[in-house]
Parts: sequence; structure tokens; C-alpha cells
Amino acid sequence: MNVKVSAINIDGMKNPEERYLQEIRREKAPDPTGPISESESQTASSLENRKQQKPLFFNKKRTLLQHLFFNLFRSAAMVNALALFIILYFMIANGWRAISIDFLTQPPREMMTQGGILPCIVGTLCLSLGAFLISFPIGVSSAIYLQEYASEGALVRAIRLGISNLAGVPSVVFGLFGLSFFVTYLKMGVSILAGALTLALMSLPVIIGATEEALKSVPATYREASLGLGATKLQTILRVVLPAAAPGILTGGILGISRTAGETAPIMFTAAVFFSPNLPRSIFDEVMALPYHIYVLATAGTEIEVTRPLQYGTALVLISLVLGMNLIAILFRARLRKKMRR
Amino acid sequence: MKASHMTQTPKITAHNLNFYYGKVKALDSISIDFNLNQVTALIGPSGCGKSTFLRCLNRMNDLITGIRVEGEIKIDDQDIYAPAVDVVNLRRRIGMVFQKPNPFPKTIFENVAYGLKVNGVTDKNLIAERVEKSIRQAALWEEVKERLHDSALGLSGGQQQRLCIARALAVEPEVLLMDEPCSALDPIATQKIEELIHTLKETYTIIIVTHNMQQAARTSDVTAFFYMGKLIEAGETDTIFTKPAKRRTEEYITGRFG
Repeated sequence: MNVKVSAINIDGMKNPEERYLQEIRREKAPDPTGPISESESQTASSLENRKQQKPLFFNKKRTLLQHLFFNLFRSAAMVNALALFIILYFMIANGWRAISIDFLTQPPREMMTQGGILPCIVGTLCLSLGAFLISFPIGVSSAIYLQEYASEGALVRAIRLGISNLAGVPSVVFGLFGLSFFVTYLKMGVSILAGALTLALMSLPVIIGATEEALKSVPATYREASLGLGATKLQTILRVVLPAAAPGILTGGILGISRTAGETAPIMFTAAVFFSPNLPRSIFDEVMALPYHIYVLATAGTEIEVTRPLQYGTALVLISLVLGMNLIAILFRARLRKKMRR
Repeated sequence: MKASHMTQTPKITAHNLNFYYGKVKALDSISIDFNLNQVTALIGPSGCGKSTFLRCLNRMNDLITGIRVEGEIKIDDQDIYAPAVDVVNLRRRIGMVFQKPNPFPKTIFENVAYGLKVNGVTDKNLIAERVEKSIRQAALWEEVKERLHDSALGLSGGQQQRLCIARALAVEPEVLLMDEPCSALDPIATQKIEELIHTLKETYTIIIVTHNMQQAARTSDVTAFFYMGKLIEAGETDTIFTKPAKRRTEEYITGRFG
């Protein structure tokens, strides 16, 4: 009997949908002999079968519950994909008309009601790249310290507390901090540098978290094997642990970049300007940025309605930029993983 | 107790070794000698301390926090727990093969070359030469010579374990520690490793932890029986398996407990 119950479950797992529909149909038109007679034909003696009727009934209910929750979980998971799909659909449907070569290669004209968004694209790329160059080495190094060197103690607890609180600070607070510290106190002015530093601080917890997870997933046996061959701890980390963790660390980097590219609040006081027809020449220049440009066009422009297509167009460019960066990194990661396997 | 056998100079001597995980005493005054070019098998039920003892010999236990070692272990008359000892260099001299095959996610060549590179060998010809020599020593050359630059993870479990042995041999250690090297392998792969141990003992001093009585009997010259953190008995393998001096040893070997 046990064998048969598990057979039902396996069957259910193989094709949960069909199974579920079958169960629903049975519920709608209750036929008490239905499922039982099915198993009856398989059971040797009907006397034994009668003894088994009760547990069988309970199993059926449990199976139903299984499928109910399976579908519940699956629907929940599908909401995510659906949300992205809807956002993309809206952006593309409303924005594709605005996209043209000129839009991508020209500065804005006529009080930003015409022309392109080249300075914004360049600005956002500079800010993201800058933030990445600052936060990636710091984040990865911090994670290596926490995971490979530090033993639990007051210092490590304080560092961890700092990191988790950093992750919880609202982005507008980062913006204000950047303004008062980098822009004013350190006299960087509104500049790419100040903006990149502010964004870097914001993305640090993401990069540290992902790197720590990646380091944790490197089997301890790799470290033992390396140390056993007379490698130092540093050699072990640089030559064995980091390469093995690289795909995961890269994912952290991607998440960090994606997060910074789309942020508005941290850059609006530190790096981004309303309008600037010139491309930045140094890291001390102020820039236009895609998310801030959308915000400006949609709330503070002179012709909000007229520039709707431009707003959607800009948003479409921003989202494509972020997805594009993710895609490149994902492909790179896949290649790394493949290289390791083969 | 002191186990002395044959009239050779011991390569490794452990004297009154106590080992603690926190407050738990895992090894209780272990004294034993390991002779040059002999295979010593450490046997005993799970948790008896044989693996812990093995890991004391190359200070692999140092990686665990909260451990404490008392007593002494000498290799060629040098105390390996002396403060001046360079642990990294010690581990190069004492190779280790682990329970589960653990090749790095690198190519077969890179796996074997790794130990040389971290120890400062940069001459490419020398590295290639040593890699081939080590893989040949590990009786793996014929199987992998065509695909040295493929990932080591594509090898079978038995091949991976022989690769790990080759990797350990490449840095020319003096002693080879093997922590249940065949426990994750099938009988054919096990047989290959055992044959390998037999060849390797001409050059190396080998200490092998095993759960397999037959393996201990087949491969070793000397057998040491551990029980509850104590060394119960050590002596020539033939003697241990035919007429052990202690009742516990006999009970374990004949399968009455363990």
C-alpha cells in the first residue's frame, strides 16, 4: 500500500496541473467510488482494501492540498515575471516612437521639449561605472575579511550591524548625506565624483551580501586542499576561493550596478543637474542623468503633457540600459561557470 | 603506551599527545612512531579520534577555532608545534589526501601544477615535467594525457582521487596522509588506489585512516587501533589482525562492535 501511495505522489509531481484539474473535477461531481474503485482494481483483496479506505481518503485530501499550495506558490512566483512584463510593455508601447538615432545622440533642445538625451545617457553611465569602481573593490574586500579572516567578536558584530543598517537607509537620506559630506564638507561640489561616491555607499551592502554568500558556497574542502599543499591563506583566497566564487560575486556586482543606475534621490543633490548641453569632461563636472531627467520632465518641465513621449522614451532607454548591463553580466557569468566545469 | 616496532629510525614521533576541541578531550596521551617507507593504518570506530590525530600531523586542525594541543609531534626530530615552525612549509612537506576527492574547479594540469606554483616554481618546463611525473606516479597518466587541459571535474570519482594524489605528490612531500581516501569510491577505484599505495611506500611514509578492515590488512605494514581518543594497540599488521594483545582490538577487528 505504501508503494502505491508514493506512486500517486510521484504521479502528482510529474504532472501537477493535470492531477489538480482531475481532483477539481472530482470535487465538483462527487463520486465516492471514483478514486477508490480505481485503486480497488489494483488491490489484491477487497477486504484489505476496505481497511485501507480511510487512509486513502486522507491522502486524497492531502494531495489536493499539495496541489493547491503548489499552484499558490507558482502564481506568486509568476506575479514577478508579470510585473516586469507589464512595465516593459508600458514603456515600449508609450516610448518606442520617441526613440531614434537623434534621440540617442543629440542633447536636448527647446527647453528640453525636443532633441535627444545623450548627456543623460553618458551621465548615468559615468555615475554607475564610477560607483561600481568604488564599491566593488571595497565591498568584495569587506566580504573577504568578514568571511575568511574575522572571527566572531565585538568588532565584527559592529561591522555587520553597520552593513545591515546601511542597507536600510532610505535613498533620499543618502542624497542628503552626500550633499552635506561629499559636496559641501569635502568641497567636491555637485560632481560625478560626489554622486558616484554616494551611489557606491548605497550599493555596498548589496555587493557585500552577495559576495559573502558566494564565498560561503565555496566548499571548505577546496581551502583544505590548497592549504594542505603548502599554499598560504592569501594564495588560497586569491587562487582558489575567489575564482570559485567569481560567478556569485559578479552577480553581486550586477545587482549593485542595477540599483545605482536607476536611483534618483541620491544623485539629485550630489551629481545631477536640470540641464547641461555639454558632456562631462572630468569627474568634477556635474552631469545630467536618466532617472533625474525623467523626474524633471514629468514634474518640473514647462510642457509636461507635450514631453510625455520623451519621458517614456527616456524611461525605455534607462530600463534597456539596466537590462542590457544585467544581460552582459549574466552572459559573462555563464561563461565563467562553463569554463570552470569543462 | 609506546608502540615500537622494527628497528628503523622513526620519521614521525608523537609523544603524549592530548587534543581538545574546546573542553572536550578528543585525544588522550597518544604516543606512536611512524617509520620511514612504511604504511601505517589507523583504524577504529567513528569518533575514536583517528582522523583528528591524522590532522594533527600536518596541523590541519589549526583551521578550527577553539582547539588545543598538548604534548609533542616530531618530524625528523623537529617539534612541529614549536612556535618557530612555519606551518605553510610544514604542510608542503606533509601531503594530504582527503576523504572525498576534492580537485579544484580548474583543469587537470592546473590542479597538479597548483602546489608547485604556490611554492614559487615558475619554470614552465619544470612544471610540465613534474606534472607529468606526478600523474604517472598516481597511475593516471594513460587516462588523462589526451585531456590535460579539460576540467578536472569531468573525471570519475576514482580518477579524481588519483588526481588529488598526483596533486599532493607534485610538491614532493616526505609523508603522505590519507584520510579514508577510498570511502567515496567503488571497489575497482579502491583497488587502484590500494595498488598505488603499495607502489608509493617505496618513496613515501604513508599514514592512512580507514574504516575498512580488509583495506588496513591489505595495504599496511603497521596498524594502530584507536578507541575513544586512546591508542589501544599498535603493531605489525599481521600481528594485530591474527593475535592482537588487547581484547578491545580483537572485538573490533572481528566485528563485534564499531
